[in-house]
Amino acid sequence: MPGKRILLVDDEKDFVEGLGERMRIRGFDIETAVSAKRAVQMVREKAFDVIVLDLNMPEMDGLETLKLLKENNPDIHVILLTGYATAEKGIRAMLSGAEEVLEKPSHIEDLIRKIEKVATRKMVKV
Amino acid sequence: MNHQWEIICNDGFQFMGKMNASISHEIKNVLAIINENAGLMEDFTRMAEKGLPMDPERIKSFARKIQGQVQRADGIVKNMNTFAHSVDEPRKRIDVGELLAFMTTLSKRLASMKEITLTVMPAAMPLTITTTPFLAHHMIWRCLDFAMAVSGPNSTVEITPDKTEGGARIRFKLPTGLIGKPSQALFPSDVENALADVLNGQVRVQQDSGEIVLILPESIDG
Repeated sequence: MPGKRILLVDDEKDFVEGLGERMRIRGFDIETAVSAKRAVQMVREKAFDVIVLDLNMPEMDGLETLKLLKENNPDIHVILLTGYATAEKGIRAMLSGAEEVLEKPSHIEDLIRKIEKVATRKMVKV
Repeated sequence: MNHQWEIICNDGFQFMGKMNASISHEIKNVLAIINENAGLMEDFTRMAEKGLPMDPERIKSFARKIQGQVQRADGIVKNMNTFAHSVDEPRKRIDVGELLAFMTTLSKRLASMKEITLTVMPAAMPLTITTTPFLAHHMIWRCLDFAMAVSGPNSTVEITPDKTEGGARIRFKLPTGLIGKPSQALFPSDVENALADVLNGQVRVQQDSGEIVLILPESIDG
């Protein structure tokens, strides 16, 4: 699974940088964005295997961003990160097209498992 | 409970909930950054154990980020504690500048989500009033919330306190586009009117200058 291109999106720069470096150590091809607008622009310019997206961001929240990403590319795979993964938030996220929801802070292995899960789904689909 | 207090209590619970949710989200973000930087220290140590060269400066930079986030969390928790204790005393002598600085700090994350900057202008002279702290916080939040709602992204809400004969006047600058436009239908609502009443104050939108004007008396007890 290492080698997959992942986009990490969160307005907390120190968080995406830290997580990004840990993912790179594990062999993933990581790019980061600290705003939803930048993430949407990056997804238009490049192909990513999975987007890891924070639910609470300025400009556009995660669900709005997800909707926009899905409009541009319905096959895009998105994992939502949230401070509090309530059942209601999870259902809303899934209805908006997220495939997985993960609570922050989380173990990196849990995130990698979820990335592998959604990326595998993509491979089966293709 | 009369109707006025019913309005204040209902909205007051929502206000407390909103502030607590915002504070807890910010703490979660801090924990997530600490988690990743602690994880990086672990990753680098493991690599060193395998014989890979380790740059001590990198480890120091992770430690510094963790220390910075601990300081950030300390500030957040101190504000949370101050907010929680604002219900303790029905009457308290408070500095209006400090009250506004506290409320803008508490609302900073919510403002930032809307891409809005909150700026408190210094009062020309020391300005203190005797009031009910929690209700004053609630009232200021209602003014900030409306000012933020009508201000677009990348804007600044400027808050200016000054002394009046009978107490304090606090002005919240609204976007220039609202000057002269009728906004009484939106503000003040029943909640702001009820709060102004129990605080023995007044709240209105000043049409010509495009400001919310909040008047709080020198003493809530008259």
